Amino acid sequence: MRPKTMFEKIWEAHVVHEEASQPSLIYIDRHLVHEVTSPQAFEGLRLSGRRARRPDLTFATMDHNVPTTDRSLPIQDAISAQQMETLVRNCKEFGITLFDLRSPDQGIVHVIGPELGLTLPGLTLVCGDSHTSTHGACGTLAFGIGTSEVEHVLTTQCLLQDKPKTFLIEVNGRRPFGVEAKDIILSIIGRIGTDGGTGSVIEYAGETIRQLSMEERMTVCNMSIEGGARAGMIAPDEKTFDYLKGRRYVPADFDAAVERWKQLPTDLGARFDRVLRIDAASLAPQVTWGTNPGQVVPINARVPDPSDFSDPNARKSAERALDYMGLRAGTAMTDIPLDRVFIGSCTNARIEDLRRVARFVKGRRVAPNVYAMVVPGSQRVKKQAEEEGLDRILTAAGFDWRESGCSMCLGMNPDILKPGERCASTSNRNFEGRQGKGGRTHLVSPIMAAAAAVEGRFVDVRQYKLKD
Amino acid sequence: MDPFKKHTGIVTLLDLPNVDTDQIIPKQFLKRIERTGFGQFLFYDWRFLDGKKPNPEFEMNAERYRGASILVTRANFGCGSSREHAPWALLDYGFRCIIAPSFADIFYNNCFKNGILPVKLSESQVETIFQRVRMTPGYQMTVDLEKKIVGSDNDVAFGFEVDDFRRHCLLGGLDDIGLTLQYEGAIRAYETQHPEATPFPARP
Ligand code: SF4
Repeated sequence: MRPKTMFEKIWEAHVVHEEASQPSLIYIDRHLVHEVTSPQAFEGLRLSGRRARRPDLTFATMDHNVPTTDRSLPIQDAISAQQMETLVRNCKEFGITLFDLRSPDQGIVHVIGPELGLTLPGLTLVCGDSHTSTHGACGTLAFGIGTSEVEHVLTTQCLLQDKPKTFLIEVNGRRPFGVEAKDIILSIIGRIGTDGGTGSVIEYAGETIRQLSMEERMTVCNMSIEGGARAGMIAPDEKTFDYLKGRRYVPADFDAAVERWKQLPTDLGARFDRVLRIDAASLAPQVTWGTNPGQVVPINARVPDPSDFSDPNARKSAERALDYMGLRAGTAMTDIPLDRVFIGSCTNARIEDLRRVARFVKGRRVAPNVYAMVVPGSQRVKKQAEEEGLDRILTAAGFDWRESGCSMCLGMNPDILKPGERCASTSNRNFEGRQGKGGRTHLVSPIMAAAAAVEGRFVDVRQYKLKD
Repeated sequence: MDPFKKHTGIVTLLDLPNVDTDQIIPKQFLKRIERTGFGQFLFYDWRFLDGKKPNPEFEMNAERYRGASILVTRANFGCGSSREHAPWALLDYGFRCIIAPSFADIFYNNCFKNGILPVKLSESQVETIFQRVRMTPGYQMTVDLEKKIVGSDNDVAFGFEVDDFRRHCLLGGLDDIGLTLQYEGAIRAYETQHPEATPFPARP
């Protein structure tokens, strides 16, 4: 038999109907729903008098809009509150399980999927959210869709999709001290550009990827969309199975499922449309300087000069970005002072992220000019962190400890930057105004964010190895 | 969804690559639960100063582009968030066609679902249009989906590629859901054989 990639195996197992020169009809195993991209889809269903075909395969939570302050207080923003109430009503009407603000399972949709064992190897999973690529860390074919497609999946449990191309990114070699999963993916995006993966599904492979923990793999897959890819995936292995075992929604006959999942990894000799190889040993901690995630440099570099870019569009983008970011070409990244630090988002707000941050800040203090906040990815993460005492370490160091949600990753709730404020953020997008109009976002790893909080400016975390 | 066959309109410009959907429609406007009314918030942070006064430096605000229904822009338009509010805002503002060298996947897909035609032309063709538009106030173009040609009278004419199936749906204003429902039999058959489509184990 012809060797196949993992993507091809999953794709072929999900084709419901195929015809030449038409997109394939593929089956969707899990559909995750949140409050922002679903109301119009449910409304469509209602207007056409249709029901949800598989409410049992559909799960909802509220994350984008939710306040991260005390949950016992009423929600201040009436329109946000209405959007959440709408989700409650829709889930009730269509029979969908909802993890609402009072649920111990509430959290960012891409954090709770794997936590609950909804995200499983070999499945197709969609959500009306571009960072659905996160779930690919479990060997799942997972991608973001628009609201019309949310309605399509609710109604038919299928999607019409053109078969994407395949893109193998192999990372080998020893990851140096201070280089996190976030730095791996940021440097990949820096290399391929924000549209480098357009039309493709990326498979991350190689020994460096194998050595990443499940949560680190999620960080890598999460930002696949920032490189323009439809999805990112990593082959399931023993780590995946150990991670999933015992979670709420995994198959009853777990061992039988594991046997199936073992067939998923890409066959030896399978062909990819494109291949990129990266040496992990050459990587350094990364910081973005611009207004898209591809505008990124190693921490020991300087803000680039737009005239260094030969492509006229890249040059124009760089000029505009420097203007927006209030940066001058040639400034050392480590000379950039900060006002805010945000540790959160579906990229980096899982328990391991919080542990690393807490370990670093223990016995240290957030710089007086910085306001720093930690927003756990989910209520489970929050609870676990509190059981481990991480919240006390973080608050003692001067961090604000919040309730779970998307928070300042996109600033739909009251957590936003003021115009001109500069923030080191563990999230995934540094677009203009993403964290608040006029706000300036620099994307970094959690450990880089923690160090930046303490020093009040960006620092090369590799220096601490020498000190400690 | 309104069918799209042929459309003639004034062309406006957005001279930036990598325009993300956060710029097309900023998040503070995603709280509405309807599909309509987003046009007033299109490119909000760029179009307005202090959220009210039109920003004179934003090219699209110029009088000569008033009533434009074709947007010409640079590479990787619509990257970032999957929010369908972006095409809703573009449509509500009056755009029926967007021309660029490339588009982000989810956005590209979302356009077709809303009766907007995204047209991919080469960098140099897009550059030519930029120059013509800037030279000629009120410059109009015609986008013909049947013939797959975008052009302007006696001036330029460029052929473009578009997937046959998407073209067919847009020409007819067909709704995907209706099409998929014709395969109910196949979906049901698939569900009976597919292990993952069986209900979950008993919940605690
Ligand atoms: S944390 Fe940010 S990127 Fe992730 S789902 Fe929420 S808003 Fe989107």
